Formats: sequence, structure tokens, C-alpha cells
Amino acid sequence: MEEWLTAWKLPFGAWMKVVIDFIQDNFGTALDGITDVMKFIIEGTTWVFLLLPPLAMIALVAALVWWLHRKVSLTVGVTAALLLIANLGYWEALMETVSLVGYATLFSVVIGVPLGVAAGHRPWLYDTMRPVLDLMQTLPTFVYLIPTLVLFGLGVVPGIISTVIFAVPAPIRLTYLGITSVPKPLLEAGQAFGATKQQLLWKVELPSALPTIMTGINQCIMLSLSMVVIAAMVGAGGLGKPVVRALSSVNIPMGFEAGLSIVLLAIILDRVCKAPERKRGTP
Amino acid sequence: MSEGETAISIRNVDIVFAANPAPALKLLDEGRSREEILAATNAVLGAAGVSLEVKRGEICVLMGLSGSGKSTILRAINRLNEVSRGEILVADEGQMINVASCEAETLRRLRQRRVTMVFQQFALLPWRTVRENVGFGLELRGMTKPERDAVVDQKLAMVGLSKWADKFANELSGGMQQRVGLARAFATDADILLMDEPFSALDPLIRTKLQDELLSLQKELKKTIVFVSHDLDEALKLGNHIAIMEGGRVVQYGPPEDIILKPVNDYVREFVANVNPLNVLSAYNVMRDARDLEPAGEGWLWLDRRRTTRFRLGPDRKVVQAEAMGSAATWVATEDAGKPFPEGAHVAFWARQSTPLRHVMHAMQRDAGPVAVFDAEDHLVGAIGVRDVLGAVLRREQG
Ligand SMILES: Nc1ncnc2c1ncn2[C@@H]1O[C@H](COP(=O)(O)OP(=O)(O)O)[C@@H](O)[C@H]1O
Ligand SMILES: [Mg+2]
Repeated sequence: MEEWLTAWKLPFGAWMKVVIDFIQDNFGTALDGITDVMKFIIEGTTWVFLLLPPLAMIALVAALVWWLHRKVSLTVGVTAALLLIANLGYWEALMETVSLVGYATLFSVVIGVPLGVAAGHRPWLYDTMRPVLDLMQTLPTFVYLIPTLVLFGLGVVPGIISTVIFAVPAPIRLTYLGITSVPKPLLEAGQAFGATKQQLLWKVELPSALPTIMTGINQCIMLSLSMVVIAAMVGAGGLGKPVVRALSSVNIPMGFEAGLSIVLLAIILDRVCKAPERKRGTP
Repeated sequence: MSEGETAISIRNVDIVFAANPAPALKLLDEGRSREEILAATNAVLGAAGVSLEVKRGEICVLMGLSGSGKSTILRAINRLNEVSRGEILVADEGQMINVASCEAETLRRLRQRRVTMVFQQFALLPWRTVRENVGFGLELRGMTKPERDAVVDQKLAMVGLSKWADKFANELSGGMQQRVGLARAFATDADILLMDEPFSALDPLIRTKLQDELLSLQKELKKTIVFVSHDLDEALKLGNHIAIMEGGRVVQYGPPEDIILKPVNDYVREFVANVNPLNVLSAYNVMRDARDLEPAGEGWLWLDRRRTTRFRLGPDRKVVQAEAMGSAATWVATEDAGKPFPEGAHVAFWARQSTPLRHVMHAMQRDAGPVAVFDAEDHLVGAIGVRDVLGAVLRREQG
């Protein structure tokens, strides 16, 4: 390597550190507050889930699945999968993961759907957002894991924030897609009958885009789930933790069992969250 | 608000599809064609110099080939299209409001209460039931559900869909979906109805049926309807006035008979060549005026040139005596032409001015004699001979 090329290294890394330090110095207390509140909510939810004995919880979930889908095969399959995970000894980890994924999805949807709607109405906004979204999904997770760690400390909060960064592009993109593909005649029907912008959004655009938005939410859940191992590395609990431990101790049985539990959870969430077939038109 | 009043007045409207219409309008003023404007400014000329008056309670049909600007004009009336230049005035509580330039709030009020629309592809909301679709406009107006449901049930009964109220819109056939579209439009009680080829997507039998239903509803409702069609038969059947459009301009505007009998150019003639004049023309359109009939002395008038039939008029111009083929005859309305007459009796037929030409011809078919035309007070106003009918059917002006 020619020496002159590396002699005057541009201090990008140092600049980034300055930014992070600045945030930490000026908003440190606020960030600590946010961290505490989020931690309390997420861990509180896990605690509530664990109040019920596993069998009671499984029965409850089975009833819910039956009520939503009315399919014997699905209900039996979900029950069996949950029993297997409990049998492997990962019930508590499962509950931690469910609340982690649940909140990550909730935050992603709360942020992503309004952004998707806004982008759908403003082409320039979408053009601006697209490279950022691409970056969020292609950037190796570890790169932003470190700043989140610095800002939010070790634990479930940096885990969930990294998860949201990774998963939020899905609801944004699919909401955008749904909103921009509302059939023009439906929009014009709304306008012709004197809808305000708000009415048009709530009574025409969102209902018409709903199937696509639901697909985005489903994707968001799957992406969040794929982050559980990484979240575990920064101290979030859940099914990722035994995987990380198995990795460091080269424990094949533990790694396999924990991995199997994650896959089972993924299948359950995917099937259960798919919108049940209803008598409703495709717009 | 009474009939005969102007409901919609379109004045010198130009519509250019472009972010900045000014350069295109300038070229238009210089007399350039649509193609030249497109080539020079990349702006599509949707409509140019359109002026139309639509009276309250009438059906005005915009007719023309695809791309002639019919939808462009229709959609400007509720401002789904912006008007580049000119005015579109809509009667609203005794005022004429310029839709092209009014405030957003005023426009919304007009759309909610005054002007309503039926779409070619129905544009029903597929996730809503039929009832929810029909109540859509009222819902936007902020009406509560119980109030809405009362109106909706009445409108559904009107279009014969009460049984289907709780189905989803897309579970219905095309014809039924468009009935839902009609009910949705009627639900707001707006008195101006815009219809953009509402029946074109339907198969011919259903189309005819819906046209008939629209006409019978219109008898009671007396809405002001602007109806877009590319089918002259449909236009002639529905329209009180027809505007023929070509290349964004109105080339002829008038009642159906005028379009049939006096097409202004080859474009209109082309359309007219393919329609059956019997569906449009009435006795009045083909008769020779009574003043042009040949007198036969002592108050008698020959109805035909061949001198087979003559009527004698009293001083009030009512018929007092009739003669056919040299013998005394009775005069009979064309509606009764199908009834049997006594053996050897001589009859002469008469029709009202509004009697369809088809009925006149049925009467002629009996004895090939001429048919007299009476006005509403039974005064003789004209007569129709075989040659008059042939002339009208072959569309040659009588000399
Ligand atoms: N929103 C639009 N943007 C650009 N051009 C348009 C738009 N709407 C219609 N046009 C053009 O204007 C012309 C007239 O269209 P239109 O009024 O829809 O015709 P018609 O209804 O008689 O078939 C056509 O050349 C069409 O392509
Ligand atoms: Mg059209």
C-alpha cells in the first residue's frame, strides 16, 4: 500500500464519536428516562405473561387461534408447537421473545404506517426516504448496535431499538405500496361525494390499502424475530440468549433446541397473523 | 326552483392537461390544432371552447368518439378536472356558483349536496356492504347511522335491491353493482347527476334495462342529468339535448331530431348513418305543415299529393268531415289502427305531433293513405304522406 494514501486518514470514525458523545452529553438524562420506561413496560409485559402457568397460557392461545381462524389443523399445530417449546425448557425465554417481538412490531407499525402514508402522498418524500430505508436494511446490524449500546446501555432496550431499525422499513414500504395503489376510481368516488382529505384517508385509502399493510406487518414480525439472536448479544433476554450461549460454548444440543424453538415461533406467528379469509373484496 | 331554469352553464371552457397551461392556451388562441399543441408543449388539449346550457330537469348527453373530451367536460362540472379557462356555473339555492374557481369549502358542499356522480366502472368500495356503499355520501356529510339507514333503505327499494343490502358490493353482478352506484348517487338527494358511460361496461340486455329504469326514475325524480355516451342510440333514447363532441370541441348541440335530420358535418353524419330514425322521430318531425297542403275548396284540404284523402275544417280549424277514395270516411287515431273496422268502412288516420313515427307507419301500412296530424287541441296542423316518411327514413330533406 502506498503510504501517502493512509498517511492522512479522514477522521470519519472520530466524527461519529463526536456526534454520539454530543447526544449522550446533552440528552443523556432523557435517554436514560426513555430506557427505564421502555424496560419497565417490556419486562412488565413478560412478567404478566408468566403469571399464568404455561398450560393455562397455551390453552388461552389455542382458544384465541380457534376464535380467529376456526381451523382445527392450525389450532392443534399451534398447541403442539407451544407444548414442545415448554417441554424443551424455553417457556420463559419464549415469553420474553414474544414481548420483545411484540413491542418491536408495535413501535415499527406506529412509526412505519404514518410514514408510509405520508410518503404515499408525497413522491418527493418517498424519493428521499428510499436510500435511507435501503441503508437500514443493508447496513450490518453490528454497525448500529454499538452506538445504540452506548446510548441505551446493555439490556432489552438497545435490542428492541436495533430490531425496530431493521424491521421498520417493511411497514413503511408496504404502506406506501398500499396507499399508492388505491384504484383511482375509488379516490375519485370519494372526492366526488365531497370527502375531506381526512375522510378520504380513513374511509377510502386505508381500507383499500389494508391487505397490503397487513402483509407489511406480517413481514415486520418475521424481521423482528430474525433479530432475536442479535438482540440477545446486547443483553435482551429471550430465545436468542441460549443460542448465543451455545455459540460461545459450542454446545450443539442447546443451539439446536433453541434454534428449533425460534423456528416454531416464527411459523406460529406467521400462520396466526395472516389475515383470516374473510368475505371481502379485493379492491 | 322551477323547470326551464338553467341548472348548469358551461361558458367558453378550455381544459389543458399540463402543470402550466399558459403556453398551450396561447397556441390554442393562435388556432393551432390539438396535435400541434401536444407536439409543441407536451400538453394534452382535453376540451376547447366548450359552451353548453343545461336546463333543470333535462338529460343532456355528451356524445362522441373515444378521446373526444366527453369525460373531460363532465368531470369539470364537479371539478375532478381543473378548468384551465372559462366558467362552469352551477345553480345552488338561487345563485350560480362558478365551480371552476370556488373555494374548497364551497366545492365540498356542492359535491355533498348538489352534484353527484355515477362511474363507468361503478367505483364501489369493495370492503363495504351494499348498504354501507349507498350511505357513503351521507356518511361523509356526517349523518348518523340511523338517519342514514332510513334514506338508504328507501333508495335501495327504488332500484330494487332491498334484498341485497347486506351483501358485499363485489358479490353482485355488474348490472346490480351499477344499480348500487345509482342508489348511492340518489341517496344524497343532489339534483344534478353526472353519469360517465354508466352502462357501457354492461352487456346489451342489461344496458337496455337500466336505460329504461333510468328513464322511469327520471319521470319522478326530474334530476338534471349530464350523461356521457359513445353510443348514439343510447344518446337518442335518453337525451333531451345531445352535444356531439369531436377533438375536444362541441360540433353540434341540439335536440335528438335535429341531430338526425340536420347533421352539421360528416363526423355527425357518420354517427347518424348507423342509427334507426324510427326510434327518434315523431309525427311532428316528418309532417308537411297544414299551410302547405293543397286546398280542395269549401274548407276542404287534400292531405296527400295523390288526392286520395281530404279533410274539411270548421272555422276553428277542427275537422268536421272526412273523405277517402271519394267516399265519406271516419277519422281514427293511429293508436286504434290495430282494431278491426266494419266491412267496407272508409277510415282516415290522425296522429298527435308527438306520436312516434313508428306508430304513424303502422297506420299507413293498413291502407297506404296519408295520416293527419293534430295538436293537443285537435287542430289540424299537418299531414304525413308515404313520401314524407320515406324522405325522413332515408334522411333526405323534403324540397
Ligand atoms: N388526466 C389526464 N391527463 C392527461 N390527459 C388526459 C387526462 N384525462 C384525459 N386526457 C386526455 O384528454 C383527451 C380527452 O379525454 P376524455 O375526455 O377522457 O375522452 P372521452 O371521455 O371522450 O373518451 C384524451 O386524449 C385523453 O387522453
Ligand atoms: Mg370517457
